Amino acid sequence: MSDTEDPQGSRRDFLFLATGCAGCVAAGAATLPLLDQMNPAADTRALSSVLVDVSALDVGQQLTVQWQGKPVFIRRRSAEEIAAARTVPLTDLPDPSAENANITGAAQATDENRSLDPAGEWLVMMGVCTHLGCVPLGDGAGDYGGWFCPCHGSHYDTAGRIRRGPATRNLPVPVATFVDATTIRLGAEA
Amino acid sequence: MSRLPHPPYVPKSPAAKWLHSRLPILGAAHATLMIPTPRNLNWMWIWGMVLLFCLLLQIVTGVVLAMHYTPHADLAFDSIERIMRDVNGGFFLRYLHANGASLFFVAIYAHIARGIYYGSAKAPREVIWVIGTMMYLMLMAAAFTGYVLPWGQMSYWAATVITGLFGAIPWVGSDLQAWILGGPSVGNATLNRFFVLHFMLPFVTVALAGLHIWAVHTTGNNNPAGVEPRLDAGGLHRDTLPFWPWFVIKDLLALVVILVLFFAVTAFAPNALGHPENYVPANPLVTPGHIQPEWYFLPFYAILRAFTPDLWLVQGVEFVTFGAVDATLFGALAMFGSIAVLVALPWLDRSPVRSGRYRPLFRVAFAVLVADFGLLMWCGAQTPTPLVAALSLGGTALWFGFFLIALPLLPRIERTRPLPDSIEAAG
Repeated sequence: MSDTEDPQGSRRDFLFLATGCAGCVAAGAATLPLLDQMNPAADTRALSSVLVDVSALDVGQQLTVQWQGKPVFIRRRSAEEIAAARTVPLTDLPDPSAENANITGAAQATDENRSLDPAGEWLVMMGVCTHLGCVPLGDGAGDYGGWFCPCHGSHYDTAGRIRRGPATRNLPVPVATFVDATTIRLGAEA
Repeated sequence: MSRLPHPPYVPKSPAAKWLHSRLPILGAAHATLMIPTPRNLNWMWIWGMVLLFCLLLQIVTGVVLAMHYTPHADLAFDSIERIMRDVNGGFFLRYLHANGASLFFVAIYAHIARGIYYGSAKAPREVIWVIGTMMYLMLMAAAFTGYVLPWGQMSYWAATVITGLFGAIPWVGSDLQAWILGGPSVGNATLNRFFVLHFMLPFVTVALAGLHIWAVHTTGNNNPAGVEPRLDAGGLHRDTLPFWPWFVIKDLLALVVILVLFFAVTAFAPNALGHPENYVPANPLVTPGHIQPEWYFLPFYAILRAFTPDLWLVQGVEFVTFGAVDATLFGALAMFGSIAVLVALPWLDRSPVRSGRYRPLFRVAFAVLVADFGLLMWCGAQTPTPLVAALSLGGTALWFGFFLIALPLLPRIERTRPLPDSIEAAG
């Protein structure tokens, strides 16, 4: 009896199946490096931390620096801006989370939880709208005196918290620390 | 292969005979050109030829532009300006390529609208339709990646906004976005890969176009009456004419008229459809005051931004999915969904009558769809005011209403007009 007439076909079926499986594994193994090459390369990943000199910044002024290819807003807020941010009831906030990378665990979106120093004078956050990544306009833009994204009309308050528009999250606060009185490091120490 | 009887191919010259017995490519070309084609095709059946021309135009002008273009973030903008100023005839080649994209979309929207109105997607032509929508997706991907290449402000921010859509996907979004961009933000790695994709996708489209035409030649053309040609010798003769020369000449005449308009725009108003902002080099720290995509993406852009967190529908979906689907993702899903319903058209339109000529209610719904497309296009170009947001939302509802409600339900209530017995009887 030849193989093709074998009603069980067990050996031939097994070989077909094994060949198919081996082919799939080989194809999958070949795909992985082809996909992984598109991930950020080592030199891109290496640029993870920068030092920013903020000595020239007066109260009420704002600096935009580039970190990991994205803008970061560093604002030295005036007393009015701090007061405005601190009087907002938390129930008015669409995003109740602080979105602060310096705080581990869940934290409420109070102004104290978003500013860099306890007094609230320094606000450091990503200048990337949480809707689709445009750079919001600053210096009191928008209906809440903070930032306004021109792309799709999201309004942020003086603590960078989303108040109205299509964005759903507060502007995230990156990992940032004062290394001395006038220098801020963005990103974790390498 | 085909259900339509073709005139047989008989090679005449010795060279043709020699080749035919080794590779029957002349026979395939003969069958393609001599296919029996319904006599009653109207002027909406010319867009296929226009689209074929566009594909050729974009590949030819694109390949020569690529000889002068540098896909590097520091050099791309300057290399485009060098094409515009220094390369011999470079400005005109680039204007042909940029406006060629617009002609491509004009033609494909007309082609798609023709298909919807005359029921060209219905059995047995579903595969033609699905391949066609795949080519439409390829065209959109090529247009988007190509728009990024000049590395102007609009290029940069269009890339940022559109890749941001992938970042909105829950759990895997930020990793997926970094994988697409090749870094934490749009940068040199992004530009380089977009150039490769922009170069490659048109050739995928060529292969799909081959399949599209192959499938059309298997089922035969639909026609304005929506009834199949008779297959007996006499009936076939009275219902159809060979594609060559009758329809080729007709298509070429239409193409000439369209090209007169196209060259008028390209020569005298080459930037009429573009944005001046894209002649400003890309700046990652400043978003242009008013971002809008090219005109052909505006309707879908309007759908994208129609969904804001204050809508109860968005809030409800966010609640049901435990926050996984927020307003950003909802908008992105709606935008992709608005094209997905187009792909699913053959299975959404349940009416056994193909042509809109014999469907009085469908005609009304189709007119609303066309008007809705125009409304959404207008909305997409406006700054987001409450009125525009409301109109965008209404337009989005109409769009989905046409595909998901009107098309499946119309056959239940519609009294269609009697179909003609044949293409000849349809007149």
